[in-house]
Amino acid sequence: MKVTYRNKEWELPGRMTVRELIRKVGLQPELVLAVRDGQLLTEDTLVEENDHIKLVAVISGGLAASCEGIG
Amino acid sequence: MKCQKCAERAAIHMRQHKLALCAEHYLEWLPQRTQRFIEKYRMFGPDDRILVAVSGGKDSLSLWDVLLRLGYKADGLYIGLGIDGGIAYSAQSYEKVLRFYEDRAQAHPGLRLEVVDVARLYGASVPEAAHISNRGRGKPCSVCGLIKRHIMNRVAYDGGYDALATGHNLDDEVAVLMQNTLHWQTGYLARQAPVLEATHPGLARKVKPFCRFYERETAAYALLRGIDYIYEECPYAAGSNTIYYKELLNQLESARPGAKLQFYLSFLEAKESGLFDAVREEVVLNPCTKCGQPTSAPGECAFCRLWERVNAYKAEGRPVRVPA
Repeated sequence: MKVTYRNKEWELPGRMTVRELIRKVGLQPELVLAVRDGQLLTEDTLVEENDHIKLVAVISGGLAASCEGIG
Repeated sequence: MKCQKCAERAAIHMRQHKLALCAEHYLEWLPQRTQRFIEKYRMFGPDDRILVAVSGGKDSLSLWDVLLRLGYKADGLYIGLGIDGGIAYSAQSYEKVLRFYEDRAQAHPGLRLEVVDVARLYGASVPEAAHISNRGRGKPCSVCGLIKRHIMNRVAYDGGYDALATGHNLDDEVAVLMQNTLHWQTGYLARQAPVLEATHPGLARKVKPFCRFYERETAAYALLRGIDYIYEECPYAAGSNTIYYKELLNQLESARPGAKLQFYLSFLEAKESGLFDAVREEVVLNPCTKCGQPTSAPGECAFCRLWERVNAYKAEGRPVRVPA
């Protein structure tokens, strides 16, 4: 399956859960959301060989005390 | 996994609440919870006028969307920082905010979007001002924070808004809490709260209606609502302390679901029970002699001093580089 995250792309073989997929590409499950065909997936969802999974980053970083304004 | 309300396919599982919801029920759940937090922390009432600081990111646009859906009179404030970073960051974020506003303006008569372009109004972009002032060790974040806080307060106060709402989520709050705890910044800990009261003349009341939502929840809301937000991170945020602490806290969350929420709620309870009362300092604020905004500095505030320095530098015709 094809997995994309920001400017990166991976090809992974076989079927697996979303949680396994996120771990496989070296990301933290808490820090991304998985989307397939425009639908948000829970971490236990099984994804298949032909799927295209888009991982969306959920954290933003410019919010330290010095930069507390807007999210 | 099934939605616990209707048994449809779940779109999100919130392990800290042991709750899975489908898209439809999630889009109902989040605004209902927001309303609960607004009431619980006495943020504002149904007739109040709210100014939402919007950056084009998922949190602030989702917050504006939720407040409008809940029926609040919520206008937007966008601050053009003049950040390029090779991706036209500010131009892109403004485009997202403008589109969001235009899409809703017809359904919400009287809805306003206030836009303040820093370079146009003050003579230099945030990265230029940071370079000239030499603050922040090569990063413009501290200058950016100073400028945003000043403008947000001024627009909210001068516009007669009852509250300035920001999109801070729980991950933002616990990242700051962790930093302040590790350094025992008790003065900052005493001030961190879902509501910052307008304690002095000239100060706007500040509220954080999303302070109990995980960042993945606000991102999920934006995605499910089809809100077109800026995915790119601020080019200057890479390697920031906030991201570092967020990653650490999410490792903890991964092993112990609910750890972040527990950290934040326990902190609020400890504050409520008076743990920080002894260190709560009554900050003496006086009006800035130039702009009139409250400042702890004698004479001119840090914002006015910054621009005096920037404008003097530019008047000399010296070259300006922006931090890489």
